[in-house]
Amino acid sequence: MGNLDIKLKVDATGLSCPLPILKATQAIRTVASGELIEVVATDPGSVKDFAAWAGSTGNALVESDSADGKYRFVFRHK
Amino acid sequence: MSAVATAPVIQTSSEGAIKTKKLVIIDYSGELEKTWATMILTSTAAAMEMETSVFVTFWGLQTFVKDKKRITGQNWMQKMMSFMKRPGVSHRPLSKMNFMGMGPWMMFQLAKKYNVSKPKDLLEMSMALGVKFYPCQMTMDMFGLRREDLLDGMEEPVGAATALQLMTEADSTLFI
Repeated sequence: MGNLDIKLKVDATGLSCPLPILKATQAIRTVASGELIEVVATDPGSVKDFAAWAGSTGNALVESDSADGKYRFVFRHK
Repeated sequence: MSAVATAPVIQTSSEGAIKTKKLVIIDYSGELEKTWATMILTSTAAAMEMETSVFVTFWGLQTFVKDKKRITGQNWMQKMMSFMKRPGVSHRPLSKMNFMGMGPWMMFQLAKKYNVSKPKDLLEMSMALGVKFYPCQMTMDMFGLRREDLLDGMEEPVGAATALQLMTEADSTLFI
């Protein structure tokens, strides 16, 4: 943690389904292939949803953790 | 800090390429809560890189009339129909607890409070993400709707045969 080269950070805190997924989609399309984005959400459903999204799109989930009701995900653009 | 999600298994075809899934929705009812469900699914499906098509028919087509249109139709019966229930994505009635528009108003207040996107915003996002919305030609004729009454960005009108072709080629089809 902390030593990843994050290109773009997405604040999806407070947002309900499906907005965190839609925001992440918009964001990851603006970075080049192989680059990383970080998404922070508070929607507990986003944990499973982001795993499904990564599986469907092929954008790899590089890292994920949670603290203080926040869920953090790092994805690599395929 | 604790890990919350595991890396998913990416589904691949026998050639090793990621297989594109296809979703088709028949948007039939035109009611607020069902329109909401449709727009959540289409925007998310497009975000998941599924090829997403919606056949918009019967009451569903009322959702796709431009919000600012008040009266549509060519003859008095068609005009009366639009007068009795205002068309447009922002003017959908609830199937339950509509109470002359009080129900939808309360729904929108709750959506705002809990940061839930409105169907209108999700529809715009769906279009921006490449979801294809096909108006039903027969419904357009029956309700006297012209192409310019409908939202920009829709596909050319089609009929039941095209809808069935989309459905048989899809991985998942929903009638909402």
